[in-house]
Amino acid sequence: MSGGEYAVILVHSTSHAMHLEKLLGRRGIPCKMIPVPRQISSDCGVCIRIPRVHAGAARETVETAGIEIQKIVDV
Amino acid sequence: MIYFDNAATSWPKPPCVAEAITHYLTEVGASPGRSGHRLAVEAARTVYGAREAVAELLHAPDPLRVVFGANATEGLNLALNGLLRPGDHAITGSMEHNSVMRPLRALERQGVEVTVVPCSGEGSLDLAALEAAIRPSTRLIALTHASNVTGAIFPVAEAGRLARRRDLLLLVDAAQTAGAYPIDVRADAIDLLAFTGHKSLYGPMGTGGLVIGDRVDAGLLAPLKRGGTGSRSEREEQPEFLPDLCESGTLNAVGLAGLAAGVRWILAQGVAHIRAHESALTAQLLAGLEAIPGVTIHGPRDAGRQTATVSFAIAGLEVSEIGLRLDEEYAIMCRVGLHCAPAAHRTMGTFPAGTVRFGLGAFSTKEQVAAALEAVAALAGKAR
Repeated sequence: MSGGEYAVILVHSTSHAMHLEKLLGRRGIPCKMIPVPRQISSDCGVCIRIPRVHAGAARETVETAGIEIQKIVDV
Repeated sequence: MIYFDNAATSWPKPPCVAEAITHYLTEVGASPGRSGHRLAVEAARTVYGAREAVAELLHAPDPLRVVFGANATEGLNLALNGLLRPGDHAITGSMEHNSVMRPLRALERQGVEVTVVPCSGEGSLDLAALEAAIRPSTRLIALTHASNVTGAIFPVAEAGRLARRRDLLLLVDAAQTAGAYPIDVRADAIDLLAFTGHKSLYGPMGTGGLVIGDRVDAGLLAPLKRGGTGSRSEREEQPEFLPDLCESGTLNAVGLAGLAAGVRWILAQGVAHIRAHESALTAQLLAGLEAIPGVTIHGPRDAGRQTATVSFAIAGLEVSEIGLRLDEEYAIMCRVGLHCAPAAHRTMGTFPAGTVRFGLGAFSTKEQVAAALEAVAALAGKAR
């Protein structure tokens, strides 16, 4: 996580994470569900970790689908 | 053994349902939407898969607006209690199950006004009376898609169009139809649809919920319960977004694993295929019952206008005795009485005696129908 190669997408709930995971998967963006890093949020849920190179495409997917997310953060 | 109580709970289930439940209990096990470890993620994926399956079956555009609860009753209570406030007016029909009637009667005592428009046991709904009942304070029309007593299918799409035209919400109780009859919440203009997992979706008991359309403002929907959701844990207020708004406490993920398997099985079979099979059996049952002297059928008497549920009575025999003898002498399981729908029986003139109800399902066969008809004929013959 500290190598600077990933970004995480923070969403409002696990259901939103599952929904977004599907959409990202359809675009061929490799993603992994991970616990929300403590330094980013005190939320106890999961977030979606993606390779940082795909952050732009992920943001585009989020906007196109009209999904409300909290933020995309480099980790 | 002949199980004709599918209108209460479908049985048997497709084998994939028990397999999915076993898989969840033995291989997944964790809490959905709580922790971030692999099993919790798999649990959350299972629940999300159930949302997707239900959304696909009902043509609901957004899986996140499929809210899970214990059954259709919980979905109906969420819609009615969550949206209606004192001073609001709601309209329903006279063939409703108590899962609609009782919440409405309780709301009435809190100042919600309720009008019950006439329906018939045959499935007709007086749309003119429905429209005439609309007032400036009317917020919602609540209708059953099909009677749990007679199987009569009601014209919910027409009611939906009326609701759209008059800027009202339509709540449909699809406990008897989801999975057994084609439903398209968008085409049928259904704003809220309550479903149950354990009937024609072939899932286990303890699963069901509410599909919430985009005309429903979630901000105006009060949840039935509040509590932990695994989201927004830093806040002491309930999240305002769906589905978390309405899903406090750990979900029945093991049940939802079974529900998803049941719905996927239906999608693989095709609702039209299941409907055709059940319609053919219903036609056989209706024709056979009509030919038995002393038997009175209550309902549409037309397989095309009803689900695979048929209500009847035998002259000279109490329904309780018919139920007992069908079970003890013929190993036929059905349900007799008022079927939790006193309003429906009053509408049909069968209150308080009740009826015998045969509820067929996807696994019923024409041989079973033939055997049941022989049993009914024998009982009716002895009673004459």
